[in-house]
Amino acid sequence: MSTLPGSARAVVIGAGIVGNSMAHHLWRQGWSDLVLLDKGPFPNPGGSTGHASNFIFPVDHSKEMTALTLESVRQYKDLGVFTESGGIEVARTEERMQELQRRMSSAASWGVEPVSMVTPAEIKELVPFIDESVIIGGFYSPGVGVVDSLRAGTIMRERAQEAGALTVSPLTEVLGIDVERGRVRRVRTTRGDIEAEVVVIACGVWSPRIARMAGATIPLTPAVHQMIDVGPVPHFAESKSHIEYPIVRDMDTNMYERQDGSGLEIGSYAHRAILHDPDEIPSIEQASLSPTELPFTQADFDPQMEDALELMPEIVGDESVGVKYAINGLLSLTPDGLPLLGETPEVKGLWSCAAVWVKEGPGIGAAVAEWMTHGESEIDLHSSDIARFWDHQKTRAHVRARAAEGFNKTYGVVHPGEQWASDRDVRLPPFHARERELGAVFFEAAGWERPHWYESNSALLDAYGDRVTRREAEWDSRWWSPIINAEHLAMRDRAGMVDLSAFAIFDIAGPGALHAVQGVSVRQMDVPIGRVVYTPILSPGGGFKADLTIMRLGEELFRVVTGGAHGAADKKWFTDHLPADGTAQLSDVTTGWTTLGLWGPRARDVLASVTSDDVSHEGFRFASCRDIEIDTLRVLASRISYVGDLGWELYVPMEQGARLWDILWEAGRAHGVVPVGIGVYGTTGRLEKCYRAYGFELETEYNVVEAGMSGPKVKDEDFVGRDAHMRHREEDPAAILCTLTVDDHTSQSGAKRYMLGREPIQTRAGGPLVDAKGRRSYVTSAGAGPSIGKHILMAYLPPEQAVVGTELSVLYLGERYPVTVDIAGPTPIFDPENTRIRS
Amino acid sequence: MALNILCCVKRVPMTGGRIVLTADEQAIETRHLGFTISPHEECGVEEAVRLIEANGGSSTVLALGPAEAEEQLRDCMALGIDRAIHLVAGDEFDGQATARAIVEAIEAERAAGTEYDIVFFGNESADAGGFQVGIRVAHALGRPCVTGVKAVALEDGGLRLEQEVPGGRDVYRVTLPAVVTVKEGLNLPRYPSVPGRLRAKKKPLEARTPERGSQGVEKVRLVVPADEGSQTEVLGRGPEAAPAVVELLERIGVAG
Repeated sequence: MSTLPGSARAVVIGAGIVGNSMAHHLWRQGWSDLVLLDKGPFPNPGGSTGHASNFIFPVDHSKEMTALTLESVRQYKDLGVFTESGGIEVARTEERMQELQRRMSSAASWGVEPVSMVTPAEIKELVPFIDESVIIGGFYSPGVGVVDSLRAGTIMRERAQEAGALTVSPLTEVLGIDVERGRVRRVRTTRGDIEAEVVVIACGVWSPRIARMAGATIPLTPAVHQMIDVGPVPHFAESKSHIEYPIVRDMDTNMYERQDGSGLEIGSYAHRAILHDPDEIPSIEQASLSPTELPFTQADFDPQMEDALELMPEIVGDESVGVKYAINGLLSLTPDGLPLLGETPEVKGLWSCAAVWVKEGPGIGAAVAEWMTHGESEIDLHSSDIARFWDHQKTRAHVRARAAEGFNKTYGVVHPGEQWASDRDVRLPPFHARERELGAVFFEAAGWERPHWYESNSALLDAYGDRVTRREAEWDSRWWSPIINAEHLAMRDRAGMVDLSAFAIFDIAGPGALHAVQGVSVRQMDVPIGRVVYTPILSPGGGFKADLTIMRLGEELFRVVTGGAHGAADKKWFTDHLPADGTAQLSDVTTGWTTLGLWGPRARDVLASVTSDDVSHEGFRFASCRDIEIDTLRVLASRISYVGDLGWELYVPMEQGARLWDILWEAGRAHGVVPVGIGVYGTTGRLEKCYRAYGFELETEYNVVEAGMSGPKVKDEDFVGRDAHMRHREEDPAAILCTLTVDDHTSQSGAKRYMLGREPIQTRAGGPLVDAKGRRSYVTSAGAGPSIGKHILMAYLPPEQAVVGTELSVLYLGERYPVTVDIAGPTPIFDPENTRIRS
Repeated sequence: MALNILCCVKRVPMTGGRIVLTADEQAIETRHLGFTISPHEECGVEEAVRLIEANGGSSTVLALGPAEAEEQLRDCMALGIDRAIHLVAGDEFDGQATARAIVEAIEAERAAGTEYDIVFFGNESADAGGFQVGIRVAHALGRPCVTGVKAVALEDGGLRLEQEVPGGRDVYRVTLPAVVTVKEGLNLPRYPSVPGRLRAKKKPLEARTPERGSQGVEKVRLVVPADEGSQTEVLGRGPEAAPAVVELLERIGVAG
C-alpha cells in the first residue's frame, strides 16, 4: 500500500465501477495528482458493484440513459470484459406487447440496432428451457451482454495508476470532509488528511452519509433487490462460457433470469420496496457476506419463485437444482429513478457521481469527467443533474416515498404522462382551493400541484363539438383529456387564466447585476428598465443550458423567470456565474411571488376592467413589464406569451394570489374567461406557436442555429458559449428544428392513434433519418393543435428533409403513420405573423 | 422398515463477521444478521430426509423459539421434512427447560399416536453450545443416546452409529427408539430446490406454547473475546506466486 499523499487535485471516494471509472476518465482528461480511496479492500470493496448482476440491456425510453449505456458498452468492449449474450424482454400480456413496441420506437429514436419483435416460437429457439406457452411475444436485443464490472474497474484504475496519475488507497475510511467558505478543502481519513481541490463522492449506497459530512445532500436511499442463484443446471453442464443463452426479462412479473455458468440467476424487482438507511448498513467486519449483501428474506421472494417456475419449469422445477445463493442485495434508488451527477449545489468542488448502475457506470464516469474538465459533457446530463432537486425533494421522507413507489416500476409500463402518487400536495399555490372547486386535475411540477385541465370546462366539449378531437385508444388518452383541447379553443376565442405558480424566480441585484446576467445570456440584457427579454442560456459548447425570460426591473435589478422543473439547476447555473467580487447577489424569490397568466383576445378587456393603468397596445407594449394596480393589489404585469395570444403574466406576492384570482375571475365572467390548465400552456398552445421547450427541443446536444433561435446579430458583450455560437452561425446546421403534422392517424385496426412524443421520424418507407452529427430524428414534442385541427410533432431533421412539404413517417407502437413537414425553422404554424400577440 | 423421525433444530443468528452484542450484553446484536440452524442440525435434517427417502415413513422438524423460527421450520421442510412442530417461546429457555418442553411435545405426540423411532439433535446449538438438550431428552424418555455422531446406518432394525472421538471413531449399535446427537460432516446437506421451497409453504405446521417453568441456570452476560485481528500475507505476484499458492492449498487440505 502506497503512502497517502498530503494533497491531491481530486479525491475520488469509492472504488466500485463508478469511482474507478471516474478516476480513470479524469486521468484521460489530463488530470493528475488523483487519489482513489475506499474503506473496503480491492478489487471488491463490498459495495453494490460486487454483487451486481452485471447485464446490460441498452434500450431505455430515456435518451440520456440510453446514450450513457451505449457509451458504457463501448468501453466495456474496449476493456475486453463484455460477453454478448443477447437479451429478450418477454410479454405475458397485450399491454406489455404494446410496451415492447414502444421499445422498438425508442430503439429507433436512439439508434440502437438491431432489435426485433419475436414470437414465442422464436424465443423458444433462442432460449430452449423457456415455457413459451406462458408468453405471447418478446423484444429481442442481440446486443445485450454481461460484463465483468470488477475487472473493468480494476483495469481502469490500474491504467491511471500505471500512468502515474493516480494513488489508490484501499481500507481507508473517510472520517470527515472539511469545507471552507463554501468550497471543499480536505478529506480526513483513517490514513491521514488529504487537501483537495475537488472531491468526488462515488460511493453508491453510502453516498448520502459521506455528502452529509460536507453539509451536502445526495438524495438516494439504499434499497433491496433480491436475487437467487440456482444450480447446478443440467442444461448448462456443457456450456463453454459463463453465458451462452440470451438473458430473459420477464417484464410482467418484474423479474429476470440469466445463465451464470452452471447456475441460473433469478432476480426480482417485484417484491415490496425494502428500504435501508445509509447509516444502518453493516460495516465490513460485521457483515456476514458483504455490507451490501444482506440476509435474504424468503417470504418476499416466494411469489417470484412461482413466476420463475412457471416460465422456466425445466430448470426451476428440477428437484436436483438447488438454491445455492440468495441475497437481499443493496442498490441505490432516487426520487425520480435517475442518477445524481454533478457538483452539489451546497458545496463548490464537491461532486456527486451516485445512484449509477453497472450498465451506465463507465459512460457516466467519462461524462462527469468531461463535465468537471470542460464545464459540460458530450452526452447531455441534465436529467441526472444533482442540482435538479428542490429542498423538499431532498428530504429523507420524500426520497423514501418516491423510491418505494418507483421500485416496482423498474420493469413497469410507465406512461410518458404518468404522475407520482406519493408525497403530493407539497407546494400549493394560493389559487389551489379555487382550482379544486373547479375540478382541476392536478399534475406535479417540482412539487407544485398544477391544474392540467379543469373538469368544470367539460361543457365546452359540447360547445366545440367536432373541433375537439377525442382519442379512442386508452394509451393515447391516459393522463389526458379532450377538455384540454376545448380549453385551448376557449382561450383562443375569449381568454384563459393559467396558474403559473410553478415558475422558479430569482432576482439578481447589485452593481454587477447587469454584467452577471449579460455573461450568461445570448440576448442583449442592457435594455431599458421595464423590458422583458426571452433568451437562450448556453453551455460553453454553445448547446442549450436553459431558455428563460429576464425582466429588467431596475438599473441594478434583474428578475429571472424559468420553469420550475429545471429551475433549481438554473439557479445553480446563475449562482455559479455571479461575479467573484460579490458585486451581484442572487436571491431566490420563487416562494415570494405567485404568477397568474391571462391570455386570449379578451385579455385586455378583462385587465382594463380591473385596473386604471394603461394596458392599451400602445400604452403597454409587447415584451415590456411594469407595476399596475388592480384593486388594492400592486401587480407586476409582464406582456409576453407562451401560448401565442395577447395577454400578461401577472405577478403578486404569494399571499395575495387568491385575491388576484378572485378579482380576475369575477371580471372575466362577462368576457367568458375560462380556467386553462398546463395541458394548453405546456403543449397545445406552445406547439401551435412552435415554441421550444427546455428538455424537449432544447438541450446541449443541439445549438441555437439548429433550434432556429439565433437572432439577426450577436451582441458584442461576452457570454458563456459565445465563441461556439459564433462558430455555429458560420456553419451549415446539421439539423433544423421542424414542425410536422400527421396526415393520417388511422391504424391497421381502424382506430385513430395519437403520438405522445419521442417516437422516431423516418422516411415514408421506414428508413432512419440520421444527421451529419450522427443524431437520429425523433419527435421532441407531440400534441394536439386544436386551432389548426391537426396533431403537431416537432423534430430536428437533416437539412435535406427539413423542407416544407417533405413527406415522412412516424413509428408509433409498431405502425408507421404518414407525416408532412409543415414548417422548417421557427415560424409558428398558428398565426405565423404573431398578430394576436402584438394586437 | 418405515421410520418416524423427529429432528430438533434451533433458530440461531447467521454470524460471519465480527460479533456485536446488544447493549445489555445478553444477546448478539442481530439487526444485520440472517438466521439459520446450526451446521450439525443441518446434517440431522439431511440424514432424516435420506432415511425416509430410502425406507419410507415420515419426518417431523421441531423448533423451540420465537415466532420467527417458523422461517427455519419452513427451510427444513423445503429440504424434504414432512411437517413441523413449533414450540413458540418468546423467552429464552435454558437447556433444562428446553428439554422439558421437547419431552412434553414428544409425549403429546405419542398420546396422539405418533411414536418417534429416532430423534435427531445437533450435538450442540450454534449459539448457546450447552451440549445437553439431546442427552436430557433421552434421559427423560429413558432412551439410548449416542452423541457426536458422524455416521448413521439402519441395520437389523436398529442403528449403527459412528461417534467421533479423538484419534478415531467409536462404533455403536443402538436399539430403537433412540436419541442421536449428530455433528457436521455426517453428510453433505442438499440445497433446497425451488419446488421444495414452494411445497414447504403448504406443509403442516403445528404451533404450541410451552410453559417455561423453573430454570436452574441464569445467564449473566456474554463476552466477545478481544479481536485478535487477522494477518494478511502476500504470497507473491503473477505466475511466480503459483508454487506458494499450491503449497498453501495443500496445507489447508483443499488440494493435493
